[in-house]
Amino acid sequence: MIETVFNILFSGIFYASILFLVAAGLQLVFGVQKIFNMACGSFYALGAYLGIFFVNSFLSMGGTPLLALLPLLAAGFVLAIIGPIIERGLLKFVYDRDEHFQLLLTFAIIFMLEDVIRLFWGTSPQLTVGVYMAFGKINVLGATIPVYNLIVIAAALVIAGIMGHIITHTRFGAIIRAAASNNEMAQAVGLNINNIYVKVFTIGTVLGTIGGALVIPTTAAMSEMALDLVVLAFAVVVIGGLGSMKGAFAGALLVGILKSLTITIYPELEMLLIYLIVIIVLIFKPEGLFGTAT
Amino acid sequence: MKKRWNIILLLILAFALVWPYVGPDYQVYLSLSLFSYSIALLGFNLLLKYVGLLSFGHALFIGLGGYTTAFLTSEFHIPHMEFSIILSILICAIVATTVGFICVRYVKIYFAMLTLAFGMLFHSVLMKTYHLTGGDEGMALERPYLLGIDFSSMGTIEFFSGPFYYYNLGILIIATIIMWRIVHSPFGLCLQSIRDNPDKAKSLGIGIRKYRLYAFIISGCFTGVGGALMATATGHMDPGMVFWVHSADLVFMTLVGGFTNFFGPMLGSLIFIYLRDIITSFTEYWRFIFGALLAVIVILCPGGAMEALTNFFKLLVGKTKPGEKI
Repeated sequence: MIETVFNILFSGIFYASILFLVAAGLQLVFGVQKIFNMACGSFYALGAYLGIFFVNSFLSMGGTPLLALLPLLAAGFVLAIIGPIIERGLLKFVYDRDEHFQLLLTFAIIFMLEDVIRLFWGTSPQLTVGVYMAFGKINVLGATIPVYNLIVIAAALVIAGIMGHIITHTRFGAIIRAAASNNEMAQAVGLNINNIYVKVFTIGTVLGTIGGALVIPTTAAMSEMALDLVVLAFAVVVIGGLGSMKGAFAGALLVGILKSLTITIYPELEMLLIYLIVIIVLIFKPEGLFGTAT
Repeated sequence: MKKRWNIILLLILAFALVWPYVGPDYQVYLSLSLFSYSIALLGFNLLLKYVGLLSFGHALFIGLGGYTTAFLTSEFHIPHMEFSIILSILICAIVATTVGFICVRYVKIYFAMLTLAFGMLFHSVLMKTYHLTGGDEGMALERPYLLGIDFSSMGTIEFFSGPFYYYNLGILIIATIIMWRIVHSPFGLCLQSIRDNPDKAKSLGIGIRKYRLYAFIISGCFTGVGGALMATATGHMDPGMVFWVHSADLVFMTLVGGFTNFFGPMLGSLIFIYLRDIITSFTEYWRFIFGALLAVIVILCPGGAMEALTNFFKLLVGKTKPGEKI
């Protein structure tokens, strides 16, 4: 009994860590740029595919699987380059537009990135070999937990901690908060808003790509992964509250644990329950559990 | 101006009537999707253009119409298309009343998110009730009777480019006329006043939520009819038709064609269906081109192809009056 509980809890928290990274990127961009970036799922998929490529090259050059985290993180950071391209090339034109158009523009980005992935990796699922198992497993109160999952959870917590520190304790964080709460005022006091937007969007992108890169030793990269993750990330931010980092954290935990709980107990309910909760939250607390804060 | 538009519409209609005789079979078959999407988009754009609400879950109604027809023809062996359409309308009206009752309390992004969530809720129900709906695999549809006539002895191509083509065209014309009357009625004007200034509309005694709900129900019914015809033409219905990406396709078509124009979404579905067909014939990367096209339209020409076309037309006849509407 107790080991089942632990198993559910740990796989849920593992799932939540990945979701948190992607959702945090979504929240950051929404908080500052007021754009609901549906393309976060595509960033996640790009991170996953490039992560596989980096890890497999790393292994074939004789690297040990135990250091696989390095090429994975490298893949996430290399993809930072698409942040400024998308922000300067597309998003900057629509900040003063109706939000319908902003949503649609990010949808256009999904379409384009999907074919970029197809161009480089084709349509067959991609895998990493031998990374996940290389880390082994440990026993916690009778439950067997893969060590890699614990590493990802720790990595997500560290990233969450760094993000929290940057936002609340640094000059750059103060600037982000200023731009988020009133961007006209921020411009009036001499902040370069374009510069802030590029940086924020790039950080948001990297959070998504790292999320995708970290998940990849545990699962195959498939062409549907972007579209499936968008709705999960959507559920996380709606439950947590749009634009709130705490919300992304709580929402990811809730969605992650619910997902692993339903998969273990009654798989028929899996997504159903999540959408039901989204609807209930939207009806009774449309601002989300941790709404209004940035 | 108005007269000229009537002439254009008549020309298009005449072309649509002879199209099965002159067009290649495959292109004629593609126009069945064009008709059914056009009907679905009439409903979708009632919300977007006239009420100012962007639904990101309208594939829900396409699914309701499609699955209703699938159940009727394949499970219950009631092949009458008219019956499928009427039942689709009823079911869509019931579901739209419940869903709409909740959704219309919100506007903007919250409305989009709620409709998205409801659409995906239906999607996951379809996926999980595989003993009824076939889950991932979906359901096959049988060829329906049209106006009580059994066409089962007819070849597939003859059926789709013959009776079913004209049946679709007929329903599209009826739906267009009904929608035209709706948006030009006092009811339609009320909807626009709510969109433009909800507070003022309220002070004039218009029940905002009530009117939004009515619009949502009407919109759902039109989209449901589109779904019933769509599923019949493809002969197959699966949860992919209800996935959020399909809802986004509807938004795509509407904006590409131009949501500010009554006929814009139809032009959009024409572009979407035929352009995709043309692009896929020489490259598999149609999504990239479509994404780029969408980005260009969003950034440079928010009025869509219809606006570009009308501007060009006005330029051609040299009678441009600023701010003139059709």
